[in-house]
Amino acid sequence: MRRPELLRAAHCSLWVMPLDQTFAGRTWPPTDTYLVGREKIREFARAIGATEAEYHEPEAARALGYPDVVAPPTFPVTITMAASRQVVNDPGLGLDYSRVVHGDQKFTYTRPMVAGDAVVCVNTVDEITTRGGHWFITVRTEVRTEAGEPVVTAWSKLVQRGEEGH
Amino acid sequence: MTDTFEPQTFRVTRADLVRYAGASGDFNPIHWSERVATGVGLPGVIAHGMFTMALVGRAVTAWAGAGDTVKEFAVRFSRPVPVPDTDEGTEVVVTATVKEVTEDGDTRLALTATCNGDKVLSLAQALVGKR
Repeated sequence: MRRPELLRAAHCSLWVMPLDQTFAGRTWPPTDTYLVGREKIREFARAIGATEAEYHEPEAARALGYPDVVAPPTFPVTITMAASRQVVNDPGLGLDYSRVVHGDQKFTYTRPMVAGDAVVCVNTVDEITTRGGHWFITVRTEVRTEAGEPVVTAWSKLVQRGEEGH
Repeated sequence: MTDTFEPQTFRVTRADLVRYAGASGDFNPIHWSERVATGVGLPGVIAHGMFTMALVGRAVTAWAGAGDTVKEFAVRFSRPVPVPDTDEGTEVVVTATVKEVTEDGDTRLALTATCNGDKVLSLAQALVGKR
């Protein structure tokens, strides 16, 4: 892999690794199917200290109209973060992951994710921008069932921090 | 949905971060290794941003109650949450105010999360409505 050329930021002593802006607007093929497991939801709910019965007990979830235990709102990131490696690990993009911090995160839900869902993820790069020596990339990940029913869409904005001047 | 939004306080320890790493699959060492965290210029081990967002999600679902569900949820991570290697760890405090009630009857909450008095999120909001 070729190391991306260092560019000097316009206004100050920051040095930045440029991202390939032609990645903006690209969509990747659907990822392999992920089967949402009841025990995985329970494990995630325990890890965040969420004790609501609908996350743990199928009967409680059924009483709310769901076929099995319901995932907490941020659970989908366990699937979308792995799926987005398809984009951020592409050497052509030029992202230096050691300099990356999580900038923004957004979810819109068609419905909660439920144990038994067999889902695929479709990644699109919504935007690549640069400002103040930093680079920003927003990856949109649409999560839908194998049958094509939308479940949740996640947007992750990653920030590649500029390097202080050499 | 409640009409009073009592601030919710969550204690966060290193053990919580290790457990979240395992459950979420995010094994970035800045969330468990002091050596790596300080080596990249952080004050020490910091919480996963998504762990902080999960705690805010717990507050939102608690305020929402079983009859409502979260339809949108967004945050900006504006400052890290350092988690010292002590039994007490640190605390994250979450507050909410109603920003609007939409034509569909959904409620948009403006959210804050603070640690040691510092805001660790900005532009945080959730849209909550009937299941």
